[in-house]
Amino acid sequence: MNFDLNEDQQSIKASIEKVCEKFDDEYWLERDRSGEFPHDFHQTLAENGWLGIAMSPEYGGSGLGMTEAAVMMQTISASGAGLSGASAVHMNIFGLNPVQVFGSSAQKNRFLPPLIRGEDKACFAVTEPDAGLDTTHLKTQAVREGDHYVVTGRKIWISTAQVANKMLIIARTTALEKAAKPTDGLSLFYTDLDRSRVEVREIEKMGRKAVDSNMLFIDGLRVPIDDMIGEEGHGFKYLLHGLNPERILIASEAIGLGQAALRRATQYAKERVVFGRPIGQNQAIQHPLAQAWMQLEAANLMVMKAATLYDSGKPCGAEANSAKYLAAEAAFQSCQTAIATLGGMGYAKEYHVERYLRESFIPRLAPVSPQMIMCFIAEKVLGLPKSY
Amino acid sequence: MRVIVAVKRVVDYNVKVRVRSDGGGVDIANVKMSMNPFDEIAVEEAVRLKEAGVAAEVVVVSAGVAQCQETLRTALAMGADRAILIETNEELQPLAVAKLLNAIVDKEQPQLIIFGKQAIDDDSNQTGQMMAALASLPQATFASRLQIADGRAIVSREIDGGAETLSLALPAVVTTDLRLNEPRYVTLPNLMKAKKKPMETVRPEDLAVDVRPRLTTLRLAEPPKRCAGVIVPDVKTLVEKLKSEAKVL
Repeated sequence: MNFDLNEDQQSIKASIEKVCEKFDDEYWLERDRSGEFPHDFHQTLAENGWLGIAMSPEYGGSGLGMTEAAVMMQTISASGAGLSGASAVHMNIFGLNPVQVFGSSAQKNRFLPPLIRGEDKACFAVTEPDAGLDTTHLKTQAVREGDHYVVTGRKIWISTAQVANKMLIIARTTALEKAAKPTDGLSLFYTDLDRSRVEVREIEKMGRKAVDSNMLFIDGLRVPIDDMIGEEGHGFKYLLHGLNPERILIASEAIGLGQAALRRATQYAKERVVFGRPIGQNQAIQHPLAQAWMQLEAANLMVMKAATLYDSGKPCGAEANSAKYLAAEAAFQSCQTAIATLGGMGYAKEYHVERYLRESFIPRLAPVSPQMIMCFIAEKVLGLPKSY
Repeated sequence: MRVIVAVKRVVDYNVKVRVRSDGGGVDIANVKMSMNPFDEIAVEEAVRLKEAGVAAEVVVVSAGVAQCQETLRTALAMGADRAILIETNEELQPLAVAKLLNAIVDKEQPQLIIFGKQAIDDDSNQTGQMMAALASLPQATFASRLQIADGRAIVSREIDGGAETLSLALPAVVTTDLRLNEPRYVTLPNLMKAKKKPMETVRPEDLAVDVRPRLTTLRLAEPPKRCAGVIVPDVKTLVEKLKSEAKVL
């Protein structure tokens, strides 16, 4: 067991910190006000080769693992960019994992290099208004017509669809009633987001205003058969492949967010003098901060364990889910403690921590609820009967 | 043409340093360390010379503890070709570093040696100058522009009255000012490539250099705390206060 970051990971952290210096708290505060997508941030990361961190070198990536990607995402988030910074690139880091693993070499040549160069932006269209975690009950349909599929349906909570030109979309190619198993008959496509056929309606939400979340109304989107990933009907299996990396990354981003909040709170506690002494000298202030640190560190160990297992090709479902749970709760606690530490100032936008608190709900709610994680652990790890 | 760039590992400029409780130095335990920003400018300039076809090889050199390898790796990732670490746990003062680098220069015979004008930790602003003197080389400090042509270095430097331009016969020593260039970011592919670039480690003994400190730090103190300001109602009060309290008028 080695708990140190290796040489690569240390360099990645230092290099990302350097890039993020240019995009300071004021930059993110302004994006949170205006809602403008952080294009220049995305572009800077793309230009310097960061989007391909976990993609194969054959297609312009660097071929590193989920551990390195997790270090990168945590560093972005911890810089103060929070989930706004992380979500701006998140999907481009791991989202095309199914394409990389199950796509043909022609597809990989066509799809991966422009994404890594930052010319393409992709969104991930899975969840639907009537089917969230219950992915097998997806209603979006893809009907074969000659050399195309015609896709019709609705998707919800699709991040970055306002700025994306590509989407990874899952749809039913065989009706649920006709499929041998509910998990059969779903197919995965990576295709153009054709706005003449897809209406993208932004959802106003609590935090992370700079990175949009949307409803998608898809009406007769024509998808060439060449854009189908892998075999027809196996989409669900392909999708499952990307779930653990997604949980690992979002957990790592949550840790970063918690660290950003803790850093601000600690700084304030050292500087703010009341009754002739810094408030950080009071145990009522320092104990919650110490607790936040411990919780973040402990959760981070689980994140790194899950990432290490994933990179060595071992099963990591329990660890990836636990990491997501622990990291999200630790981040939330840290953000909440930060506001309490800053008192009234914590409620003011210019002190940044209220923005972090609003963002801390994202890793708590998505991509899976804490309750579902507990159901998973109870059933799969402890062997208790399935409850739902 | 070979270019040598000296780089130093220093406390990151974003870190608020604190004086150790014994007053003997600055607390650098668990503190973020980075490449001295002026040295980054030096590396950038050398790499640009290489990209322009002027320099054939860029060698980066650092003296200090084993962790200086990280700093050297950053320089390699920025585009330097190889690195030399002069490894020692001794406290190194500017004269010692100048002697060490002089020994390396003697061995490598570069045409150009670029230093940051000073390190942001001790602000000594001595190493480049002393090294040039030890090697009897011409020097141009605080460079804001550098050109190499016909075996000479043309260096613009900012001085009190304006800008001065010097012409130096190569080999020469140049130290960089802030305005020389804006260093690039390290790209991920270059970071990976840097791992394959050679890094040599030597010790001061190998170079027959005595690095024993010659200066003793007597005391280190934090700057006095700034008191909170006051808002004055009008200019008259301001002038009075500047006269009677601040005593600057």
